[in-house]
Amino acid sequence: MKETSIIISGFGGQGTLFAGQVLAYTAMDNGLEVTWIPSYGPEMRGGTAHCTVIVSEERIGSPLVGSPDIVLALNLPSVDKYETLMSSRGTLIANSSLVNREIERGDITSLLIPANKIAEEIGMSRLANMIMVGAMTKLRPILTLEMVKTGLEEHIPERHRKTLPINFEAIDKGYAFAEEAGAS
Amino acid sequence: MNTTTQVVYERPESLTGTHTHYCPGCTHGTAHRLIAEVIDEMGLRENSIGVAPVGCSVFAYNYFNMDFVEAAHGRAPAMATGIKRVSPENTVFTYQGDGDLASIGMAEIMHASARGENITVIFINNAIYGMTGGQMAPTTLPGMKTTSSPYGRDVELAGFPIKMAELLSVMDGSGYIVRRSLHDAKHIRQAKKAVRLAFETQQRGLGFSMVELLSSCPTNWGISPQEALGFISERMIPVFPLGDYKVNPELKSIRV
Amino acid sequence: MAKELLKGNEAFAEAAIRAGVEGFFGYPITPSTEFLEHMARRMPKLGRAFVQAESEVAAINMVYGAACTGKRVMTASSSPGLSLMMEGISYIAGTEIPVVVVNVMRGGPGLGNIAPSQGDYYQMVKGGGHGDYFPIVLAPASVQEAIDSIALAFDLAEKYRSVVHVIVDGNMGQMMEPAELPPMREIPTESPPWAVTGAKGRNPNILTSIYIDPVDEEVTDLRLLKRWKEVEKNEVRYEEYELEDAKIAIVAFGTSARVASSAIHDAREEGIKVGLFRPVTLAPYPQKRLDEIAQQVERILVIEMNSGMMLDDVQRVVQGRVPIEFYGRMGGITPLPGEILEEIRRVAANEDEVEGDPRNEWMTRLEKKIMGGGE
Repeated sequence: MKETSIIISGFGGQGTLFAGQVLAYTAMDNGLEVTWIPSYGPEMRGGTAHCTVIVSEERIGSPLVGSPDIVLALNLPSVDKYETLMSSRGTLIANSSLVNREIERGDITSLLIPANKIAEEIGMSRLANMIMVGAMTKLRPILTLEMVKTGLEEHIPERHRKTLPINFEAIDKGYAFAEEAGAS
Repeated sequence: MNTTTQVVYERPESLTGTHTHYCPGCTHGTAHRLIAEVIDEMGLRENSIGVAPVGCSVFAYNYFNMDFVEAAHGRAPAMATGIKRVSPENTVFTYQGDGDLASIGMAEIMHASARGENITVIFINNAIYGMTGGQMAPTTLPGMKTTSSPYGRDVELAGFPIKMAELLSVMDGSGYIVRRSLHDAKHIRQAKKAVRLAFETQQRGLGFSMVELLSSCPTNWGISPQEALGFISERMIPVFPLGDYKVNPELKSIRV
Repeated sequence: MAKELLKGNEAFAEAAIRAGVEGFFGYPITPSTEFLEHMARRMPKLGRAFVQAESEVAAINMVYGAACTGKRVMTASSSPGLSLMMEGISYIAGTEIPVVVVNVMRGGPGLGNIAPSQGDYYQMVKGGGHGDYFPIVLAPASVQEAIDSIALAFDLAEKYRSVVHVIVDGNMGQMMEPAELPPMREIPTESPPWAVTGAKGRNPNILTSIYIDPVDEEVTDLRLLKRWKEVEKNEVRYEEYELEDAKIAIVAFGTSARVASSAIHDAREEGIKVGLFRPVTLAPYPQKRLDEIAQQVERILVIEMNSGMMLDDVQRVVQGRVPIEFYGRMGGITPLPGEILEEIRRVAANEDEVEGDPRNEWMTRLEKKIMGGGE
């Protein structure tokens, strides 16, 4: 791996920024270079929210990318925006609970995953973000399932520590779904 | 016949011997002396930091024998806030005119009092801009002629004088807010007591203190020094009534 | 100490605390607000001064007052806030006291927006306030460098009794990167001899920026200029990347330089010999080294997040010896590596002289790009 760029995008409140931070912490703990940069300002308040995470073995230049390698799209506007921008051979993981269309591009790897539905099944609907992260660790294991779990355990805010087991379950479910579905 | 000499009057240690640049009949000198006497009496000279304004008293630091800084126009309360917050052990006071305090520095003075900054403000109100040569001030009286209200201050066009003591007295952070006058010996004695109480307010940590001193500007008013003192008592005091606008109860037991 | 994942604004603020800042005075403004919030959380617990002022005007004057006591004090704001602070900054410069001001720049002019920009280059680097003075300007390009630049800024401010600006754009304020904070510095107990502390056992100290006699003001301005010459001699800082064999030198600072370095990496894989010259001190400008580079390369490409402000400085140094081209994004837009790669390819293929203002051709291309719906 040289350098991998990840965009996590969705509505405000879907935990996109936090999911990106989990990846960033995980990368740092594993000795990788990393940058995390959010959309900020009015966008944060109820509109769309996205962050860009870049993970690399070398010093990182630009913290922003035009053509991301991996996109976790938690809603339809995010799919609409990033499907066309993605680099070829990129990986698009879309939350089919909120995305009512197929992925059209054939030169990228894509996975439709009902993240909201799975999250509700395990009993915490706001963990759709972690379901998506789990799926990513299967399809693009630049950070492995175990690495991400350790990263989350190390850096989850104290007030949320009691939700660690269910977060793990969400990551596992996302991973398992990606494993079973196989990506197209 | 035995003769003994007794010192009945001397320069306070808190004043330097420098001759002031103030005009004949100006009451800045009186105000300076009152502050210096109070600081001497309270033994605060070596601990005090003064903040000079922009206006006629811009060179106040040449006359006070203590550490001094020079603020931008209107910003003395902000500067004093900065000093006091990082050096609470120092006694910090500003000396400001009406243009400085009530016009360009209105935000800074109101917020310093709202925060209850433990600083002392001496406010010289002479109803005119002195240093720039006699323009209308926020405290210029209705009908009063200045170079920028040549037909007399028309309240329809230029609004009304701002009453700072009244305004500052309603702020919860204020500990001591009074208005005094410098037009005769009796009032000067009362003014000195007020200056003393303002510094006592700071020493006791009772919050923001301000003494408004009605002052003369014969040069820009275009009248003699004697007439100027009459102008204060006859024209200014009716618009700016003297009095105690806010006094923290803890100060009432102090005899000065 | 281990690396932590730190947000730019918070890392900056904590670095200032570690550097011994005893007073912070500020006013909320995006995208620098986390700086103020961090100070609000931390300073009172350390027994240090924190005031949320009524305006940026008041904030800088609180800084002014507090700095007169000889203690380390600072403020942080963003572009419109800096415009308001310029009065106080000029007074601080004229009074010759050390102050550190951080500007997390956003798009302008006017209210503009809150997106990242480098549009305050002229304002910050060329003075900004009235009168003859010379601020030192540092432009870090990573969270770690931002942390390190704060302690350096205080040291330089004190060494030269000068205003030091640390300028970054909104990207740097908002992004997180692994970085290491320095240990807590001990607060000095002694005050510098010029400070106002109460005239106990010494003559009074007077701190003022007024010199009513023009002769005295000229003496002061000459002193400031001579001190600036010392700064120019001692404090130039820059970074180079892939410049050894470069035929094209990109000159860029801050985020622009980071983005450019990504593009350079890709261009090198295509065999284009391109490198980066990144001024770390925008003032003093690293002109001697740039002068040498101008003799080595065949073309220079200046990249900024503004309309070509540092371009002036590059032109001043290069003096037409090699063609200079320009690429900028304005209004709060950060260029992407792909855009810069395209520029590098174009410049590498172009052997024409650059006629007139290097911005002319760029303006035409940019207009096509943004009006043609290509964004």
